[in-house]
Amino acid sequence: MEHVIAARAQMGTSLAFHIVFAALGVGLPLLVFAVEGLWLRTGDRAYYALARAWAKGMAILFAVGAVSGTILSFELGLLWPEFMKDAGGIIGLPFSLEGFAFFIEAIFIGLYLYGWDKLSARAHWLCALPIVISGALSAAFITLANAWMQMPTGFRIVNGRVTDVAPLVAMFPRPWATEVVHATLAAYVFTGFAVAGVCAVAWLRGDRRRQVSAGITVALTLGAIALPVQIIVGDVAARFVAANEPAKFAAMEVVYRTERHAPITIGGIPSGDGVRYAIEIPDLLSILVGFDPNALVTGFDRIAPDDRPPVAATHLSFDTMVGSASLLAVIVIGWLVTVTRRRPLFRALGVAIALGAPLSFAALEAGWFVTEFGRQPWIARGLLRTSDAVTIAPGVDLQFYGFSLMYVVLAAMSWWLLRRVDHQNSRAQQGDPAQHFPAAL
Amino acid sequence: MTPVALAALVGLAALVLYAVFGGADFGGGVWDLLASGPRRAEQRAAITDAIGPVWESNHVWLIFAIVILFTCFPPAFADLATGLNAPLCFALVGIVMRGTAFVFRNYATDSPALVSVWTVVFGIASLVAPFWFGDAIGALATGRYAWLSPFALSTGVFAVAVCAQIAAIFLIREVEAPELREDFRTRAIFATLAVWIIGVLPTAIAARQEPALFAAFLGPAALAAIGAAFALGLVVMFALARRQSFVARIAVGCEALAILVGWFGAQAPALIPGRYTYVQAASSSAMIVAFLIAALIGAVLLVPSMLLLFTVFKGPRRAGDAEPAPDDRS
Repeated sequence: MEHVIAARAQMGTSLAFHIVFAALGVGLPLLVFAVEGLWLRTGDRAYYALARAWAKGMAILFAVGAVSGTILSFELGLLWPEFMKDAGGIIGLPFSLEGFAFFIEAIFIGLYLYGWDKLSARAHWLCALPIVISGALSAAFITLANAWMQMPTGFRIVNGRVTDVAPLVAMFPRPWATEVVHATLAAYVFTGFAVAGVCAVAWLRGDRRRQVSAGITVALTLGAIALPVQIIVGDVAARFVAANEPAKFAAMEVVYRTERHAPITIGGIPSGDGVRYAIEIPDLLSILVGFDPNALVTGFDRIAPDDRPPVAATHLSFDTMVGSASLLAVIVIGWLVTVTRRRPLFRALGVAIALGAPLSFAALEAGWFVTEFGRQPWIARGLLRTSDAVTIAPGVDLQFYGFSLMYVVLAAMSWWLLRRVDHQNSRAQQGDPAQHFPAAL
Repeated sequence: MTPVALAALVGLAALVLYAVFGGADFGGGVWDLLASGPRRAEQRAAITDAIGPVWESNHVWLIFAIVILFTCFPPAFADLATGLNAPLCFALVGIVMRGTAFVFRNYATDSPALVSVWTVVFGIASLVAPFWFGDAIGALATGRYAWLSPFALSTGVFAVAVCAQIAAIFLIREVEAPELREDFRTRAIFATLAVWIIGVLPTAIAARQEPALFAAFLGPAALAAIGAAFALGLVVMFALARRQSFVARIAVGCEALAILVGWFGAQAPALIPGRYTYVQAASSSAMIVAFLIAALIGAVLLVPSMLLLFTVFKGPRRAGDAEPAPDDRS
């Protein structure tokens, strides 16, 4: 495998793996905080059962997320030393702040998971709050670093050397607000639908205990609040990309020719300089970009061939994200109609909610693919090409195979255990597994 | 003191804290692997209870050290990550497998087969991570990234021994049952002996194969650090013999501090000998000052949180929790 391809594959696999655990690490504490609070307020055991079950899931997910995140912090140097050599001294600030946020998160995760019997009920509940806040901040800080890679700022280059570094300016590059809000909301959308999906599967299998339906309600409430905001923010973000990152936008929407009355292209297979099998809606892209069918949309004809992102990957990822989010919106509407009419959950809706889990997963991954494929061929846009940033160390392809194998094992084991958590939960409440450990040996 | 020197010291502090607390967790995994005798299961349960609430936050010191390196000394990070690519990858595998295996075995309670598989993985990964980190530091000290050199490999073995020593000493005070305390005290004594014996290796190898490094060993800073580490080792042994586990705990922490400060001092002002000094590798002063301010703000939030964590899980046991332990009373 070619060196830079192997390095990209490894970084991409590591991130695709980590982002699942990171997103649940942001969203799940909020759900746990909500259900434990509901338990304290109402005394309803169903909420307590949910808090215990979800906390177990949180323990597994957080551990895998923490160590897979460590891999990434090393991989910045192991794979992209030529990038970090200069970039580290420019975007180190959000990484440093993330270090602190993550630290607070890890401390309170320890207190929360092992403190059920050591803290008062109220103190224990409040320990979830720092996890919620620092989890969201961690995600925000990392996204700030990513935003810098999209539009580097906060420095000057004189005679090929970086100078006049302004760390606070570099921390807030132009796309920062849309990217941070979009990425953080993505974590909440994914968590809400993933957890609701898991509960829906239990419900479809005939588990009719209150905690299962309560779990669907709480988790889908999060999804139903986050999703509409996310769709609006996503729309704003797309318009920002259209105005400021034309190459990425042209790849997202497969715009080959710069034109007015640009049609929107849905699906299809981009190849050469056209798209086959796509649905086209006339004028719609111009309307979306400039609220006017006459608005000008920049196409690839204005972008040097060497500066174009991979079109098929970017476009299909974008459509997957938008398509999945639209289906999620349909599910939310169906659920809201049922709930407001005080109708009970029925089988078709249960199936739809269960499908929300893989759909939100697809939206999360595809959305991240759009940002990252769309940034290519640059690692830091306009500054350094990905192919110039890669390490000269040998054996990157071996690294890729080795780490990928490890991710497969970890994903399989996490999956098995999380199903088990659900299963244990539906049999009987157990105490903290750590206390049962000696008996297991 | 210049901001660059201050940033380097903050980085060193993170590394020392990782060596002591993260090292104790790795050592715990080593003793888990080596659990033996009639109280095998109790030993493992004690290790699980001791590591459980704290390993994730102890692990963050490593991330912290890496972030300081690439924020404040980015070219050194790039150079080091290239030259030490292989040992760092191996260490990462160890880190990932240690953390996940620990959680997996704790939560797979209804499958004894999986519990034993992940217990073995946990133990082996707890050896792998400190070995390759020790190797990486040794390789760095050679100035040519010779991570397969006998010297680097010997520092890897030494790092494992120190982790095992720290863990055994920490574990004495984590358990209530007198027999279990004795188990860990015996292990602490053997580990301290092992640290002395293995500690001769890197020095002997350096004398034969790494003349430049050996010359640095004979500098005043390094000699003082080696002397201090050895003296602290004696304090550890003496405290263990007298069953003063608290004194042993402090002394072993200081021993790790002396070893790392000695390494840092011996090669200062070089960050990577022969390639970068701290000043050459430093990022802009704006970045370093911004980092130091962020570190100050972060510390204000971090220190009380950390105190809370350790008070809740590692603080004095509540009165009536257990009978007065024979330890610490002599």
